[in-house]
Amino acid sequence: MEMTENQTFTERFDLLGCIQCGRCTGGCPVTVRTNLNVRRFVYDAYNEELLEELARAAEIWDCTACHTCAVRCPKGLKPLEVLIGLRSLLVESGKTQPSVRDALESVFREGNPWEKPRATRSDWMEGLDVPIAQPDQPVENLFFVCCTIAYDPRVQVIAQNLVRLLKGAGVNYAFLGDDESCCGSEVFTLGEEGLFEMIVEDNTELLNGYQAERIVALSPHCFTTFRTRYPNLKKPVLHYTQLLAELLEQGKLAFKGGLAKKIVFHDPCYLGKQSGVFDEPRRLLKAVDGVELVEFDRSRERSLCCEGGGGKMWVESESKKERLAETRIRDARALGADIVAVACPFCVLTLEDAVKALGYEEEMRVVEIMELLGELEVDQDKTNPA
Amino acid sequence: MTEKPKVGVYVCHCGINIAATVDVEAVTEYAKGLPNVVIARNYAYMCSDPGQLLIKEDIKEKGLNRVVVASCSPRMHEPTFRKALQEAGLNPYFLEMANIREQCSWVHEDREAATEKAKQLVAAAVSKARLLEPLTSREVDAEPSALVIGAGIAGIQAALDIADAGFKVYLVEKSPSVGGRMAQLDKTFPTLDCSACILTPKMVDAANHPNIELFTYSEVEEVSGYIGNFEVKVRKKARYVDVSKCTGCGACAKECRLAGRIPNEFDEGLGKRGAIYLPFPQAVPAKYTIDPEKCLFLTRGKCGKGPKCVEACPAGAIDFEQEDEIVSFRVGAILVATGFDVFDPTKKPEYGYADYPNVITGLEMERLVSASGPTGGNIVIHNGEEEIVPKDIAFIQCVGSRDKSVGNEYCSRVCCMYTAKQAHLVKDKIPDARVRVYYMDVRAFGKGFEEFYDRVRREGIRYVRGNPSEIFRRGNKLVIKVEDTLTATPLEDEVDLVVLAVGLEPRRDARKIIELLRLSQSPDRFFLEAHPKLRPVDTATDGVYLAGCCQGPKDIPDTVAQAKGAAASALIPLARGKVAIDAQVAEVNEATCRGCGFCVSICPYSAIELVTVNRMGHMVEVARVNEALCKGCGSCSAGCLSDSIQPRSFRDRQILPQIAALGGTR
Ligand SMILES: Cc1cc2nc3c(=O)[nH]c(=O)nc-3n(C[C@H](O)[C@H](O)[C@H](O)COP(=O)(O)OP(=O)(O)OC[C@H]3O[C@@H](n4cnc5c(N)ncnc54)[C@H](O)[C@@H]3O)c2cc1C
Ligand code: SF4
Ligand code: SF4
Ligand code: SF4
Ligand code: SF4
Repeated sequence: MEMTENQTFTERFDLLGCIQCGRCTGGCPVTVRTNLNVRRFVYDAYNEELLEELARAAEIWDCTACHTCAVRCPKGLKPLEVLIGLRSLLVESGKTQPSVRDALESVFREGNPWEKPRATRSDWMEGLDVPIAQPDQPVENLFFVCCTIAYDPRVQVIAQNLVRLLKGAGVNYAFLGDDESCCGSEVFTLGEEGLFEMIVEDNTELLNGYQAERIVALSPHCFTTFRTRYPNLKKPVLHYTQLLAELLEQGKLAFKGGLAKKIVFHDPCYLGKQSGVFDEPRRLLKAVDGVELVEFDRSRERSLCCEGGGGKMWVESESKKERLAETRIRDARALGADIVAVACPFCVLTLEDAVKALGYEEEMRVVEIMELLGELEVDQDKTNPA
Repeated sequence: MTEKPKVGVYVCHCGINIAATVDVEAVTEYAKGLPNVVIARNYAYMCSDPGQLLIKEDIKEKGLNRVVVASCSPRMHEPTFRKALQEAGLNPYFLEMANIREQCSWVHEDREAATEKAKQLVAAAVSKARLLEPLTSREVDAEPSALVIGAGIAGIQAALDIADAGFKVYLVEKSPSVGGRMAQLDKTFPTLDCSACILTPKMVDAANHPNIELFTYSEVEEVSGYIGNFEVKVRKKARYVDVSKCTGCGACAKECRLAGRIPNEFDEGLGKRGAIYLPFPQAVPAKYTIDPEKCLFLTRGKCGKGPKCVEACPAGAIDFEQEDEIVSFRVGAILVATGFDVFDPTKKPEYGYADYPNVITGLEMERLVSASGPTGGNIVIHNGEEEIVPKDIAFIQCVGSRDKSVGNEYCSRVCCMYTAKQAHLVKDKIPDARVRVYYMDVRAFGKGFEEFYDRVRREGIRYVRGNPSEIFRRGNKLVIKVEDTLTATPLEDEVDLVVLAVGLEPRRDARKIIELLRLSQSPDRFFLEAHPKLRPVDTATDGVYLAGCCQGPKDIPDTVAQAKGAAASALIPLARGKVAIDAQVAEVNEATCRGCGFCVSICPYSAIELVTVNRMGHMVEVARVNEALCKGCGSCSAGCLSDSIQPRSFRDRQILPQIAALGGTR
């Protein structure tokens, strides 16, 4: 969403380009459980007098920013951004939910939405001997961790296992350490435009300041945000699955030990639909001996959103209908999958909750690909103590 | 130049197009003071009869010998004013135009500045006009024959018209049979005529016409020359069947070891053929062809103990020694009628075309309802579990059309109506079927179209306004995720069959024709006509014409109308027997040319060659321009190191003063 002074709401979101075809609402995953009809907002927001009222509609907070509406729109509109534009009207007037306000304030003060101190951002590295990037030292792969992976004990393992694996593969890399700060993905979707602008500026300066060949993001949210909303970032950005798939192809990475499991991969919206990375995570899973990879009927471009994005981590939905994550887990169960593999920290959290809610903990688990590959590394150490 | 230049300047108002922004009175007054200007006038429409008359009378009465018209781009009206000069007895090339519309009034708002700019443009034109020389255009003979590329309904119709007018036509078709897409259709909207019934007679006529030489399974390989005199090379691909012996009995195809194992292109892959095949029963010519990419003998050098087709053929027609053949001929005009491809729905993966056998394209539907199709006209499909007669059937319009996300912004113009037609045919064959059409707008613009749309709705076809976003599976049903936008209700509609109304796209192999004939493309990537309104069948290359869907999506009536138009245009040079060659082309000063050949490599039209001449007893190489090919673009002139090649009317000594007049210094 470009910020241009003096643009009306209508101009900014190209509302006049809309032909009311309904593809946005047709594809919107949350319509099965909430009242959100994004097309109606695109239609109604044309009337500037209605904007304030529209911004008070509860359902604008049901959007998960999956971007399906934007990907499908035949006229190049980004309907979700209309919802975010309305959210920002509310944020501006200071009338947001306390949870949202706290998350945004935490990003502003501590560089993360989880209300954790900036100084503990690198705690996950303890005992790992992680190389920290220096502005005067060239580095091939500069990793960007993601606030959730850095602080949430459930998913820290993603970063930790990645470090262990990189060491073995002889890759030149470094992490940012305590200088790292939120990419702003969720700040953007929560509608705090001013803060997001500031974050983009700061991070662009920070990242351009290193002699890195490329930036490798651990979370699809950071990955896509860097790719699409950081116009001045000078380095190419990859998702870590792309890097690992590349190493695999170059023969620099091989997994020892096997895993005789039926795995279904869930395409995260930010990785798949929004960034077109579909094959790399699958290639990684297929490289593991014994893995039987099965597919959801709704996979790849048709993947069903888990409702983890769009600031939904801080906004409870009022709907009592089944969560999409639960629908997803039911589908996985019907496929007889032992493992639902994902490549996104948010998907881990939402899908794991769904497994618990449905009482399937015995039958299946949800893992991030890095978790799974990490387990193989451990196996390997056991069998070949160096 | 002996005569002293006497220049007349005519400033056009172009209604208010120029006059609203440029002070035409001031420009006229200014022009009067320019050197050699004898008279300056302004007038509402210089291109009108009275406007031209002003010029003609002044030429006669005031003895003008140079004319400057300050008006629009020369593209449209240079010929108009040249003609006026000629009619007044003046050499038509004593005209210079100053473009004060496109290059001035249309692009500026500040009246004062625009007026100043118009004055400068006029001054520049006057300085050049004084230096113009008389030129004469020539005529060359035109070959009384035409090449038609592509034998769909457009190519067939155009070929028949030109042939009926008494000229020879070479009709070149890439596939083994003529007929194009129309041959694949079942019935045609809005009248529901059977497509084969109206097309087959024309296919046969084209093949049998004494003036038409038909090349099927052939491609144009090379084209050189210019309007009236094109040299053409055609590659007749080896069929591995001697067409003079083949009787079309089909014994070979029955015996082929691959019979029934190769998806048949004509049936959009729904039916199967062998390696030796006839694309469809009514194919013209009714001769079999061996698919060299599939045939076991041709790909592996071995087919069992010996090719079964050879054994089976009672006529001894099969010939594995056959080779491609190159045929050359000359034509005066070329008509391009290469048609279209349908949109590839795998580019919209959300519709699951690649995943579900019961998501099909409109073209596949044509084959499915056709009595000559793979199911004999019975609508049976596989739903992933079993073969069924679908009862819940949904059509989705605008697939791959009007859609920026796949790069096709245009409307394909036929899919609304073919969907209506197919919905009708389905309801006709499965009366208890529940048929719905998902649309965003219904475009029923043609003759009889709205009436047909009305009829189809009243037959019980439900039109739901909403463009679906996604298709997935639930049990043995397909679920369409869509919003009914009229009630703002998101729906999950469960159906047995989805038909995607795929749009029309430029052919995926169009690049070859573009390069062969130097065609341009419009933003929609279809071939570009010379003018969107006034020259819809011509191209930027003289003597090359367009017909049918290669120029843009259209239905059969429009295709046929355009084909007839293109045929009429192509007939002009053939009937006249002569074509005019522009005089404003490059000229070589053989005395100074060093024969370096640099210009030969620069010329984008391959109009220059090196020839040996006798220069005072020495044999030297110099450049020579083929005036019929030269477009006067001036590239050669810009490149020549010794200033020896220059376009007439655009010589350095003519345009440098003009440029100086614009810059204000000399
Ligand atoms: C599903 C569907 C249903 C339709 N239904 C109707 C209908 O009911 N009524 C109606 O009016 N219209 C209908 N249409 C539109 C109709 O098909 C077109 O108007 C018509 O086919 C256009 O004819 P054409 O000759 O321009 O192109 P085509 O039919 O595409 O013919 C082009 C020919 O050129 C040949 N060719 C291509 N490239 C070369 C080359 N380089 N060298 C030599 N030959 C070449 C091709 O092999 C082909 O034979 C329908 C279209 C579709 C897709
Ligand atoms: S998909 Fe785009 S054009 Fe269609 S209704 Fe939504 S915003 Fe409008
Ligand atoms: S981003 Fe996703 S959830 Fe939000 S409106 Fe668009 S389709 Fe619906
Ligand atoms: S068997 Fe011989 S004559 Fe009969 S169709 Fe085949 S090639 Fe032609
Ligand atoms: S003809 Fe109808 S279906 Fe086809 S693109 Fe145009 S509006 Fe869409």
